[in-house]
Amino acid sequence: MSKITFILNNKVVSTTQHPTVRLIDVLREEFDYTGVKEGCGEGECGACSVLLNDRLVNSCLVPLGTVHDQKIMTIEGLSETPQGKLLIESYSKEGAVQCGFCTPGMLMASHSLLNEIPNPTDLEIKIGLSGNLCRCTGYNMIVNAVRRASKEGVGLW
Amino acid sequence: MKDISKTIKKVDSDDKSSGKSKYISDYKMENMLHAITVRSKHQKAKIIKRTYPVLKEGYYIIDHTDIPGVNFVKMIFDDMPVFAENEVNYYLEPIALVVGPDKEEVLEIVNSIEIAYEIQIPTYEYTNSVINYNFTKGNIEKAKKESESEIEYTYNTPYQEQLYIEPQGMIGYFENNQVTLVGSIQCPYYVKAAVVSILDSEEDYIRVKQATVGGAFGGKEEFPSLIACHLAIAVHKIKKSVKLIYEREEDMETTTKRHPATIKLKAYMKDNKILGISSNVGIDAGAYIGLSGVVLSRALIAATGVYTIDNLAVNGDVFITNTVPNGAFRGFGAPQMLFAIEMFIHHIAKDINVEPLTLRQSYLAKQNDSTSTTGTFRDPIIMPEMLEKALKESDFIRKEKEYKQENSLKGIGMSWFLHGCGFTGSGEATHINAVVKLEKDKNDLVTILIAAVDMGQGVKTTMRKIVSNILDIPIENVIYNHPDTNLVPDSGPTVASRTIMIVGGLVARAAKQLKENWIDRNYQIFTEKYKQPSYIKWDEDNFRGDAYPAYSWGINIVEVEIDKNTYEVTVKEGWSVYDVGKAIDEQIIIGQADGGQLQGIGYGYMEVMKAVDGKIQQKNVTDYIIPTSVDAPILHTYLIDNPYPLGPYGAKGAGELTLVGGAPAVALAIEHAIGKKVTKIPVTPEYIMELMSNE
Ligand code: FES
Ligand code: FES
Repeated sequence: MSKITFILNNKVVSTTQHPTVRLIDVLREEFDYTGVKEGCGEGECGACSVLLNDRLVNSCLVPLGTVHDQKIMTIEGLSETPQGKLLIESYSKEGAVQCGFCTPGMLMASHSLLNEIPNPTDLEIKIGLSGNLCRCTGYNMIVNAVRRASKEGVGLW
Repeated sequence: MKDISKTIKKVDSDDKSSGKSKYISDYKMENMLHAITVRSKHQKAKIIKRTYPVLKEGYYIIDHTDIPGVNFVKMIFDDMPVFAENEVNYYLEPIALVVGPDKEEVLEIVNSIEIAYEIQIPTYEYTNSVINYNFTKGNIEKAKKESESEIEYTYNTPYQEQLYIEPQGMIGYFENNQVTLVGSIQCPYYVKAAVVSILDSEEDYIRVKQATVGGAFGGKEEFPSLIACHLAIAVHKIKKSVKLIYEREEDMETTTKRHPATIKLKAYMKDNKILGISSNVGIDAGAYIGLSGVVLSRALIAATGVYTIDNLAVNGDVFITNTVPNGAFRGFGAPQMLFAIEMFIHHIAKDINVEPLTLRQSYLAKQNDSTSTTGTFRDPIIMPEMLEKALKESDFIRKEKEYKQENSLKGIGMSWFLHGCGFTGSGEATHINAVVKLEKDKNDLVTILIAAVDMGQGVKTTMRKIVSNILDIPIENVIYNHPDTNLVPDSGPTVASRTIMIVGGLVARAAKQLKENWIDRNYQIFTEKYKQPSYIKWDEDNFRGDAYPAYSWGINIVEVEIDKNTYEVTVKEGWSVYDVGKAIDEQIIIGQADGGQLQGIGYGYMEVMKAVDGKIQQKNVTDYIIPTSVDAPILHTYLIDNPYPLGPYGAKGAGELTLVGGAPAVALAIEHAIGKKVTKIPVTPEYIMELMSNE
């Protein structure tokens, strides 16, 4: 049986699952990274966001086959990094976490946005997060959290 | 003294952010079986015959024949079957559950089940009334007789989908001789009662536990009882663990939504005065009544919004149609009614050529005024102070004038609203009878034992804050785990903006007991039970008296700009002022307010959900559009203290209040921008175009 090998949160892993299986299912079920959430299964809510070679993707739309030899980071990986830690703290300070189901995906999107634009305007933050739905917060505190992380994290991104 | 409102770190924030918190789909158990629901293909039909395939070892089909109890989901009315028996009344009504180890094979079995139907004619019109409530205040006949003219409008409100980002789900297993259910739920004891009834079992045969809840908004109030019954019947029969997680599409097509409503209002006028109002409300229950009667009563009681009208006739019906059953959703009937009354007061003002603000002010309720149900607004009403703040912060009066003159499609709108806190009428005393416990162990750690669920609104933090403040101990020494019916008493459901005011009030009382009797390094436990204040009188049959123990109040102001060519609406900015008594945590309340307001604004101009031939058309977030970060305006939220004597630290309800003003505020802003009367929501570009072309 052919093996698919990839780097998952900085570790080399491999799986024998079929290449057409959704990445989200492999991450959650085989590797137990349940911080990757399923909200819609259609690429619309962003709850399943992960980084594929530092690019934000919806893991519910990614077939396992395409990640062979590539690099994947989930929230479990991000939260161990200085950037992840600062984002978690900023989200907490700004009250940006309510039910929390959108939050891991939001953090991935926030990190990816700050990677591209370390000092974003509010509009850039909103655009950067527009693929991630939140039904609880009304987004204001989330935008504040990203702004705070960008200010306090000079040099991190 | 510490100000309780001062924000502290939310206790569950970091675990949620880092992905550590376990939501129901994250639970794993050995040999867990998958379940998929078999559903009706018709809106209304008789079931003539079922042909089930021969099953492989380890696969099961569970249906009504497996039910030990009576085949109804225990709620207020026994009308909704757990599994359809001889007839189906809506498209996708549950008929059976297929359970087995391999999900693909389970699905194959579902698809191979053959059901022969005799199709009948469905109803989608508001013709079949199953509940009628009506009441009067003052003398409406006299008002009618004395009036010189009548002003009448009809308002329509649509479905709204809760769209919690985490779909419905539950797991069930058999452990220590108990059918145990863990789920994304608001009301552990509702689930337990439903399962006890369907299994016709002893109370202690059933255990219900909460998983971390990924948003609920009422959608996980009564609906999870249905899933729980399906699972419990399976677990009871096969004694294995089973997982039932809805995918988004199944969730949107088959779970409860906000009731669509038609509201007809008629004002009897003389000398530019409103002598009386008669209201006629119809709500669409879908195929079964469920909570619709209670939703209707909350709508009816809100018939005059924040205004005091002396003469009233209020009439309302719950209509049954062959569509998916509707149910609880943040606001619970009030958003429909508040939309109507807020538009109406504005439309009356326009028709009689009076400034809307002036007309609003002259009818605004004051302390000791008589409510719509002839109860009394006992506590101070600080709306004038709130109004001053709202007008000042938003620069409303200048903008209102200027935008009218400018040749642009800019608009600003304002809504005033209130929300009754807690259960309607004497529900807290007659139906709920909340019990809370506070337990101290030998290490002086204090555990809050209540059935209230944190679904994002922050009670895990606010309850602990109340206890740690009263006892003057660190918040880390106060424990509050996810409720488990084996461990916590029934403090009632997590609904109706009651959790902080009622349950928190009891928890505060227990904490005071503990403080007074505290003995170091000793096990101690204190119990508190709800007692209705003796001055609250409610006559349920005649809708007379104090419908709620207290009211929270709010003002929303919303500014919009509309594209001249596409009529696309941009919500630019929002200002809100709330009286929630006293915020237990300022940031938590403001966060809830932002979310509630955006959900209300979305309901007002963006969220479209329709049933065509009894089938919900919007099945995913691709088709059902809710506000994204780009749509969200900057929201300025202000809280003004007005402590309620019986709430903990003066706190009243807050969760639902923040939603109910959103739709009328945005609709009035759009009305202001386009200069046409808006009578229905959502105010979409298509509707604006229709209004603009009706010159
Ligand atoms: S679950 Fe992948 S985008 Fe919603
Ligand atoms: S916090 Fe609940 S969906 Fe964002």
